[in-house]
Amino acid sequence: MTVTQVRTEPTSRGEQVGAAQSAAPTPRRRPSHRARSALVAWAFVAPVVVYLALFYAFPLIRNIELSVRDYTVRSFIDGTAPFVGIDNYLAVFRDATFGPALLNTAAFTVLSIVFQFAIGLALAVFFFRRFPLSATLRALFLVPWLLPLLVSASTWSWMLNSESGVVNAFLEAVGAGQINWLTSPQFSLISVLIANIWIGVPFNLVILYSGLQSIPEEVYEAASLDGANGWQKFWRITFPLLRPVAAITLLLGLVYTLKVFDIIWIMTRGGPAESSTTFAIWSYRLGFGSTLPDFSPAAAVGNLLIVLAFVFGLLYIRMQRRLDPS
Amino acid sequence: MTSRRPWWNTLLGVVLTAIMLFPVYWMVNVSLTKSTDMRRNPPFLFPVDPTFEGYTKVLTQQLPYLGTSLIIGLGTVVLTVALAAPAAFALAKLRPIGGGALSFVLLIAQMIPGIIMAMGFYAIYLNLGILDTIPGLIVADSTLAVPFAVLIFTAFMSGIPNELISAAKIDGAGAWRTFRSVVMPISRNSVVTVSLFTFLWAWSDFIFASTLDSGGDLQPITMGIYRYIGNNNQEWNAIMATAVVASIPAAVLLVVAQRYVAAGVTAGAVKD
Repeated sequence: MTVTQVRTEPTSRGEQVGAAQSAAPTPRRRPSHRARSALVAWAFVAPVVVYLALFYAFPLIRNIELSVRDYTVRSFIDGTAPFVGIDNYLAVFRDATFGPALLNTAAFTVLSIVFQFAIGLALAVFFFRRFPLSATLRALFLVPWLLPLLVSASTWSWMLNSESGVVNAFLEAVGAGQINWLTSPQFSLISVLIANIWIGVPFNLVILYSGLQSIPEEVYEAASLDGANGWQKFWRITFPLLRPVAAITLLLGLVYTLKVFDIIWIMTRGGPAESSTTFAIWSYRLGFGSTLPDFSPAAAVGNLLIVLAFVFGLLYIRMQRRLDPS
Repeated sequence: MTSRRPWWNTLLGVVLTAIMLFPVYWMVNVSLTKSTDMRRNPPFLFPVDPTFEGYTKVLTQQLPYLGTSLIIGLGTVVLTVALAAPAAFALAKLRPIGGGALSFVLLIAQMIPGIIMAMGFYAIYLNLGILDTIPGLIVADSTLAVPFAVLIFTAFMSGIPNELISAAKIDGAGAWRTFRSVVMPISRNSVVTVSLFTFLWAWSDFIFASTLDSGGDLQPITMGIYRYIGNNNQEWNAIMATAVVASIPAAVLLVVAQRYVAAGVTAGAVKD
């Protein structure tokens, strides 16, 4: 990180200075002084390190342990859970839900991101025209992102209700037929997608807008002098210069979307059948969805999800460093 | 980019915003609809004959949930700021050995899906016997915010001039005194940003609530809504009224601290 690179420089310079000023009052006290300040620095950091170990590392390790043993509710009480190695993972791969869950996770993630990004970018470019009221309206756009997910999910559930939902009432009014949004296998994934895109647009809008702000005005002025029209300006200037910020937005969107649970669980519970089951939903359903929990396979599914998230997470960090090469 | 027709843009902007916020409007509209009109087809587009029966139910049935959420939210904020601010000060100004590695771990930690954390916490809490307790849920909820908080604080505190820190040192202040009396007062804006987001996340949390606190006496408001949806599928005005009330912190946040919100979103994503 930047911190480590910056740190080495003053240290070596400090040593040179120390060597040059051999007549300096107490050169010998230097190391112990530095050791003391290192200790102080660590005293400030220590609580978070302990916290990370206790509340991140430990649950994660516990989760891995769950996934390589055969845990039942009884196991927690009498402490017996036989070691089964990768059996849980094999069982998950063989499970009939695996294929649909993989497809749904991929479709849900990719489509969410594509639409959130496209709509967010269009809106960012639009709001960048800075017309009267634009700042206020842009702020209002944040509302869906700030609402508790449970609130958004239940509102969408009622709006998409087959008999009494306002969406079907609108479709009927314009002459289209009713759609069983949440209760038919063809539409359940589309329904949760619509809600998730709605929630994610503000985030994309805000980040891409800040990306637009960082493009120097002069570039546009120069393009105008060269006679470029609005469309050309967008494709030749905005789009290429926005690419680093866009890449980060997309990768963050990916990491966030893989995590999505609340919306799908409230709206469809992953159903009907498995038509809107993603890995996150599947894991939750195995672990907490019934009175007879299957913690071990649930943990195995969760660990697969974490591998996916980490792959994209590392990509994100690489991108971010390339963007900020200090 | 200046436009020739700003007036048109404003109109289009208003229309787009109206479309975007329609679900929010609909939530309010349904919360004011009479139970007898709930299944009306087509539904009333405006609260023509508003009723407050939904809100009455909120007051009689949901107050304990709201109180619990308030306590959990505030507890999470205190815990998060207390943990994150000193660490960020060290990362920004004291440069501890391994600081870079720590920042990296914090970035990674943000990417762990909640369901995985929930499962690990469940196994641990079950053994410790602290399922269905408020402190347990506060600790779990703080994991949503601590990495973000450290990264935001570090970004902010890096901007504090080193001369200020040195001056405090010359005046004889130790590192802790410098942190408390110099750094924290200057960092007020970032404390506000972090606190607002932390509160909102703890308030909105459902996955930890439903896994770690689904059987206790004191449950957060998200569980209140969840139980409503599960139990009485017909009373959507009460469900939506609860949803409206549960949205109040988000609304307050937007009105009171709009600039902090946008700053928080971008700082969390683009900087580190």
